[in-house]
Amino acid sequence: MASQGSGNGQSIQDMIAKSRNSKGKKITEKLMPILLFIAALISVLTTIGIVFTLIFETFEFFQRVSITDYLFGTNWFPFSGNNPTFGVLPLILGTLKITVIAIIVAVPIGLAAAIYLSEYASDKARRTIKPILEVLAGVPTIVYGFFALTFVTPILQQLIPSLKIFNALSPGIVVGIMIIPMIASLSEDAMSSVPNSIREGALALGATKFEVAIKVVLPAALSGIISSIVLAVSRALGETMIVSLAGGATPTFNFDVTGSIQTMTAYIVQVSSGDAGYGTTIYYSIYAVGFTLFIFTLIMNLLAHYISKRFREEY
Amino acid sequence: MRYIDDTVIMKRMKTRLNKNRGWKALFFTGTLFALLCLVILLVRIVSQGFGYLDWDFLTNFASRFPERAGIKAALIGSIYMMSIVAPVSIILGVATAIYLEEYAKKNKLSDFIRMNISNLAGVPSIVFGLLGLTIFVRSLALGKSLLAAGFTMSLLILPVIIVAAQEAIRAVPQEQREASYGMGATKWQTITRVVLPAAIPGILTGSILALSRAIGETAPLVVIGIPVILQFLPDSPFSEFTALPMQIYDWAKRPQEEFLYVASAGIIILMIFLVIMNSIAVFIRNKFQKRY
Repeated sequence: MASQGSGNGQSIQDMIAKSRNSKGKKITEKLMPILLFIAALISVLTTIGIVFTLIFETFEFFQRVSITDYLFGTNWFPFSGNNPTFGVLPLILGTLKITVIAIIVAVPIGLAAAIYLSEYASDKARRTIKPILEVLAGVPTIVYGFFALTFVTPILQQLIPSLKIFNALSPGIVVGIMIIPMIASLSEDAMSSVPNSIREGALALGATKFEVAIKVVLPAALSGIISSIVLAVSRALGETMIVSLAGGATPTFNFDVTGSIQTMTAYIVQVSSGDAGYGTTIYYSIYAVGFTLFIFTLIMNLLAHYISKRFREEY
Repeated sequence: MRYIDDTVIMKRMKTRLNKNRGWKALFFTGTLFALLCLVILLVRIVSQGFGYLDWDFLTNFASRFPERAGIKAALIGSIYMMSIVAPVSIILGVATAIYLEEYAKKNKLSDFIRMNISNLAGVPSIVFGLLGLTIFVRSLALGKSLLAAGFTMSLLILPVIIVAAQEAIRAVPQEQREASYGMGATKWQTITRVVLPAAIPGILTGSILALSRAIGETAPLVVIGIPVILQFLPDSPFSEFTALPMQIYDWAKRPQEEFLYVASAGIIILMIFLVIMNSIAVFIRNKFQKRY
């Protein structure tokens, strides 16, 4: 009697079975996973697309320029008409200058903010300050570039009169400001996940908050902190608009930070903004430079992944 | 005999507490510095650009003369581009997330897809520009069009959307799915009628934040070769266009000082966009997000 369906004498079981076996539903159930899988493949295809694009066009570039000249050459003068040289080291050095300055700025400040937020700040302060820091991370890089060019450079010029309008220092500092939230936020996450019982143990032994932070929490969260720094390095390496606007376009092979430089990214932008004809050596050179940059950032990303996996302290 | 000498300990304690206080002040200064940077940045740009912000600025096309320069083409171009990026990236992102969370078996293939997504998130945006230039602009012959730029940007923010959607879907408790199966629902019915409705606030919040990244992204557009001085609006997805960050970049590069103020005004418009999108995201998160 309970199994009687509404009116036409079917049991609920029959209804479910019938509904399950209806043709449309069966097709949907079979088809959807396939469609979803195809969507998931798009992201794999994107990676394959990136890698193959870079490899093919870079290969074309190395048909015209020898690979040793590219990798070990210290002169990057692609636009000098008769005798262009493509030695990538000046571009790599420019990129490294920016990255090193950025890290010198961002690591102390980012870690200070992370320690303050995780160990000292009240819950309320943390919940207001962290979202504001995330706003800082959401500011478009073009805005940071403008800021570097029109605000930071003039101020630095007052302090260092020999500083050129385009230099490595100003964009380096601003890239540093840009990655502060990344280091602060990820390190804070790592430090917050250290269990309170460990802190309380140290406090009960008479340690001050500072000692707890430096000698207990920091070592426990070290893998997360280091991988946040490595990720920040990867961001700094690939940063484009800040260095294109404020860094200049002079690939130099020296350690001077007050003069105009060029990074790998800024070179790609320079060529793309001008009209380098399709099929010229210069056109292919942006792929070679892009490939070099891609390898740098890929190594950093894999390293960050490895560090956070391998050295994570599980509680 | 006493092993612990109170006076020595008290003396040490004092220096240790002072050290603690000093470092706390230093850590706080670090935090303050980061916040101060944001304040200076915003104040600078608003004070520089506010004077140039008027109705003409919004309705004029780009010009060689700073006083006549306007942002119309860039503003409309950005909106058109986002109307391609939003559906493409959200549909692909959510579909991928559903596959990974609901269907994918634990095997090498799905591990590879996951690994691939996290690596893709770390690829510099300019490299996506190179991909777009080769695949969309040249191979598919879309030119420097809305579609080419829209697709490139969609791929750029896809990993962010996938991760956000995965987290939202994972937050739906297993019991709800089991209850749905218990009522005789199929897997797909459970996904569309139980899992997705519960996960939509999280998905939307993450997607809007990702889209706000796409709207400010400049490097891929430069590489694709989006023009800057356009005197017309795009009339189809295949036509050329310009976008807000491109226009700002062009103004910022110009030597005349006047154009710096115009660039600031452009940045204000861009930032207003971002503030609106972020507010919507925060509103959705606070209003609709369920905690289980």
